[in-house]
Amino acid sequence: MIRIESLRIELSGFTLQDIDLFIRDGEFFVLLGPTGAGKTLVLEAIAGVISVTSGRISIKGRDITGLQPEHRGIGIVYQDYALFPHLSVMQNINYGLRYHKVEPGASEKWVKSLMEQLGLVRLAQRSIKYLSGGEKQRVSLARALAVNPSVLLLDEPLSALDPNFREDIREVLKKLHQEVATTFLMVTHDFAEALFLGERTAVLNHGKIEQVGRISEVFRYPATPFVAEFVGMKNVFPAIFKDTKALVENVGLDLEVPAGIHKGQLAIRPEDIMIRKEKFSGNGMNVFQGKVLDVINRGPYHDVSVRIGDVIFSVMLSKNDLFELELHNEKDVYISIPASAIHVLKYQDIS
Amino acid sequence: MGIKRPIDPFLWVAVFSTCIIMAFILFPLIEMVAQPSLGDLKETIQDPDVIRSIWLSIYTSGLAALISFVIGTPFAYLLARKDFFGKKLVESIIDLPIMIPHPVVGIAILGLAGKNHWLGQFMQNVGIYVMGTVTGIVMVLTFVGLPFYVNTVKAGFEAIPVRLENVSRSLGASLTGTFFRVTFPLAWRSMLVGIIMCSARAISEFGAVVIVAYHPMIAPVMIYERFTAYGLKYSQPVAVWLIVVCLILFLLLRIFSLPKEKEA
Repeated sequence: MIRIESLRIELSGFTLQDIDLFIRDGEFFVLLGPTGAGKTLVLEAIAGVISVTSGRISIKGRDITGLQPEHRGIGIVYQDYALFPHLSVMQNINYGLRYHKVEPGASEKWVKSLMEQLGLVRLAQRSIKYLSGGEKQRVSLARALAVNPSVLLLDEPLSALDPNFREDIREVLKKLHQEVATTFLMVTHDFAEALFLGERTAVLNHGKIEQVGRISEVFRYPATPFVAEFVGMKNVFPAIFKDTKALVENVGLDLEVPAGIHKGQLAIRPEDIMIRKEKFSGNGMNVFQGKVLDVINRGPYHDVSVRIGDVIFSVMLSKNDLFELELHNEKDVYISIPASAIHVLKYQDIS
Repeated sequence: MGIKRPIDPFLWVAVFSTCIIMAFILFPLIEMVAQPSLGDLKETIQDPDVIRSIWLSIYTSGLAALISFVIGTPFAYLLARKDFFGKKLVESIIDLPIMIPHPVVGIAILGLAGKNHWLGQFMQNVGIYVMGTVTGIVMVLTFVGLPFYVNTVKAGFEAIPVRLENVSRSLGASLTGTFFRVTFPLAWRSMLVGIIMCSARAISEFGAVVIVAYHPMIAPVMIYERFTAYGLKYSQPVAVWLIVVCLILFLLLRIFSLPKEKEA
């Protein structure tokens, strides 16, 4: 297991602080956050290639904070592969073996099985210059796993790949994680990747952790407005609560259960809001009449902004729905926000 | 040739400037090379003094480059990879020898190595003499050539992604192991270019050397001496031979340092 305690890193103008994490053995843990949140710094601190200001990092109970990178037993896979350009595929993969003496023949056997699993056998003698992005990332994975690290750090491993390779490497990562004993710690800004691959996550923003938990839980119950927006809840509003009632500006909403707080924020996924042409009603449906402000084509779906009172809601619609509703700007519509779709963020804004 | 487009006036200015600069550099050199007769050239290269001084020039410049390679490489690596307090200052200090007038360099080194300075006394006690010796020449040439080596190699190191070194460390290689297995194989070309730059700078040095060591005579000093004593006609053949020998040497090094195949 990896344990990070009160980690603090100060680098020219950027501070990473109060990082406390606990990652279980063999887990696939994801560090999520936008660009510039400090995710890669956490990885590089674990790898030991940057120095930390204060705090403690330990792996399997061993304090590694003061160790040189070569003594930590940690593999790194970078977004840009970082393959050694002067070496062949095979030489890249074998690079670390001489520092990890095991019984004769054992590492050769392990490397061979890794290469078979990753489909690299026929590329062994190639120069890395002529590999595709997907092949390069496979070589980089094989190189890191060849020395059997206890932890594998993955720094946005899918970001630089073309979409078809991205899916391919995503599958490879999932399979590899199931088959090796190594703990995977991946950094990404893509929530979909995290959902597909990871078990637990920590969401980082401005050098601080916003939320830690199972990924499906973070997706359903974001703790802070930032996380809510990050996981796709576009409708995040400050609200005043009383029992099962919430007031956003001048729009009153029914909740499923009492909010338990007086002042806070609520969040609603754009795909949970329904739009109808005619008035309808139902218990806990929160039906309002509003006006369409804008319709934006996002390819597979459409973003529709609807104004209710003083509040603008963002609604996600399929092409089909849009066509049937005959939506256009300034059109009067009815929207419904099911009480079960309203998520109260039990978070006290300290700032 | 494709579709003709009107040419921007700035392009004409650029082409004109290129022609002027090329002519400005090449015309005097070509004239000088063309002026001595073949007989003069043959006679000059048979003069043992000329051969000796050209050889001394190459040998001392080569030594200066070698010294720069040995002590300049780790230094350039430090500058390329680490941030430390006073780094900007250190970077400006390494550029100082480029800016100081050459005779001043000679005078500064003599002042330190002379009998009146404790360091000079110490050096003479252990048998190191600077005034009028090969040691003195090499010292001066290293002084003026070092910045060219360090700056070239530093840029070479900076061009290597630090992530490659990070990966190497994570796979178990020490800093030293990483340097020899990753950094050096990727940076040796820039080191070779640095050696060329440094020795080219050293071989062309005159002002500093003439103060520290008039004898033994390096080629530029000999060319100067022949010019002042006997005139233009007598100094030109020596200059031609120095240029020819240097051109051949640098061309060979350049060819050696070119990548075998085009990088993808």
